[in-house]
Amino acid sequence: MLAKRIIPCLDVHAGRVTRGEQFGRAEEGGLRDVGDPVGLAARYNDEGADELVFYDITASVEGRKSLLDVLRAVSDRCFIPLTAGGGVRTIEDIREMLLAGADKVSVNTAALADPELIRAGAERFGSQCIVLSVDVRRTGPGSWRVFSHGGRRPTEWEALDWARRGVELGAGEIVCNSIDCDGMKSGYDWPLIHLLSGELSVPVVASGGAGKIEDFAEVFCLGQADAALAAGIFHSGEVSIPSVKAYLRSQAILVRC
Amino acid sequence: MGNLRSVEKALAFVGATPRRVRSPDELAEVAGVVLPGVGAFGDCAVRLAQTGLWSPLRDWASSGKPFLGICLGYQLLFEESEESPGVPGFGLIPGKVIRFPERVGKVPQIGWNTIRIVRESEFTYDIRSGEFVYFVHSYFPLPRDPEWTALETDYGVPFASGVHRAALFAVQFHPEKSQRVGLRLMANFVEVTARREAALSSSS
Repeated sequence: MLAKRIIPCLDVHAGRVTRGEQFGRAEEGGLRDVGDPVGLAARYNDEGADELVFYDITASVEGRKSLLDVLRAVSDRCFIPLTAGGGVRTIEDIREMLLAGADKVSVNTAALADPELIRAGAERFGSQCIVLSVDVRRTGPGSWRVFSHGGRRPTEWEALDWARRGVELGAGEIVCNSIDCDGMKSGYDWPLIHLLSGELSVPVVASGGAGKIEDFAEVFCLGQADAALAAGIFHSGEVSIPSVKAYLRSQAILVRC
Repeated sequence: MGNLRSVEKALAFVGATPRRVRSPDELAEVAGVVLPGVGAFGDCAVRLAQTGLWSPLRDWASSGKPFLGICLGYQLLFEESEESPGVPGFGLIPGKVIRFPERVGKVPQIGWNTIRIVRESEFTYDIRSGEFVYFVHSYFPLPRDPEWTALETDYGVPFASGVHRAALFAVQFHPEKSQRVGLRLMANFVEVTARREAALSSSS
């Protein structure tokens, strides 16, 4: 049986890992510096992270170059799956990230503007390489709206409809980020994850809201997530990966030792 | 692609000196072969044929020389695959590659699953049943002769996640992404290769 995955997420800005709340922005001073990405990645690798995700949150040419440097350095010594994203607009962007050491590349805003990017990426590199990252806000009971541009612009899409479309086009995995829960440490939006996981044929990764170890059990049991992503609580050391895994094991949830 | 780089990095990490073989001539200069293989069965077969490496690689794998197949490099050892009907594989191992049935749940299998060691060998040194390795695949091989099976894994159905004979070992998962267990397997392969090379040079 497959183990549930615990995935630390590193938001990389100007070569450093940063952290904000509810999609806080660098230009507004909404980000805190939490460390060197390569060192942090090595620590998580040693602590038993099942995968690492890196987002270039500057989404500029310089930002992407620095992310590629980070990927090269990390993949030289961390032998676990690596996912990269942030500002991915073209097939060439995807190719560069894969060559730098990423195993999967996540697309978001550019795929909303041109869904064919998903199809082209999946055809060229395989579905297993293409992750669709979806940023959503709750708009009512059982209803979530997709946002683009780092959570800044609402789209016409309902979360489930867009995720389903992404899978049809070839996305091999969905990462769903709750903007409402991001950085709030009040738990994952598990009803959202439950909705997606029940309807989609690909793995669903929950993102946004982890505050304590019990939140992971909740999103796996109630949300039926395949993996849970977290950033702030791991960076700050409030919660460690081994403690999360020990707790999940105590709840009879299968995790990698 | 990135896969090739990861395999090289992992081999270097466990002390080998990897090099990319691009032509049949270059095969004569290496002691062991790792065939990672990514993409679709048919595409991979066609590309290998274009480089002229198809027959030399098949001969290598069947000769008893050190060979490590990974993912598609494992599946290619079989006769054929449902992924690319009509395209023959190396045909070294009787059997074919089939797709996971819908009922297993999510396909592809993506993530960490356990291996059960069915047959111990120098390749499985310091690796135990129940340890996790990283899989990404929609298809898996079905060896007709169970004697080939070295490792088993369950994903809705039990399947052969590794095969072994002489100095050939091939696995469905990605050792280059399977942390300690994967690196151990690769180190074991490098050891097997080094021992064989030493034996050859002392006997010549």
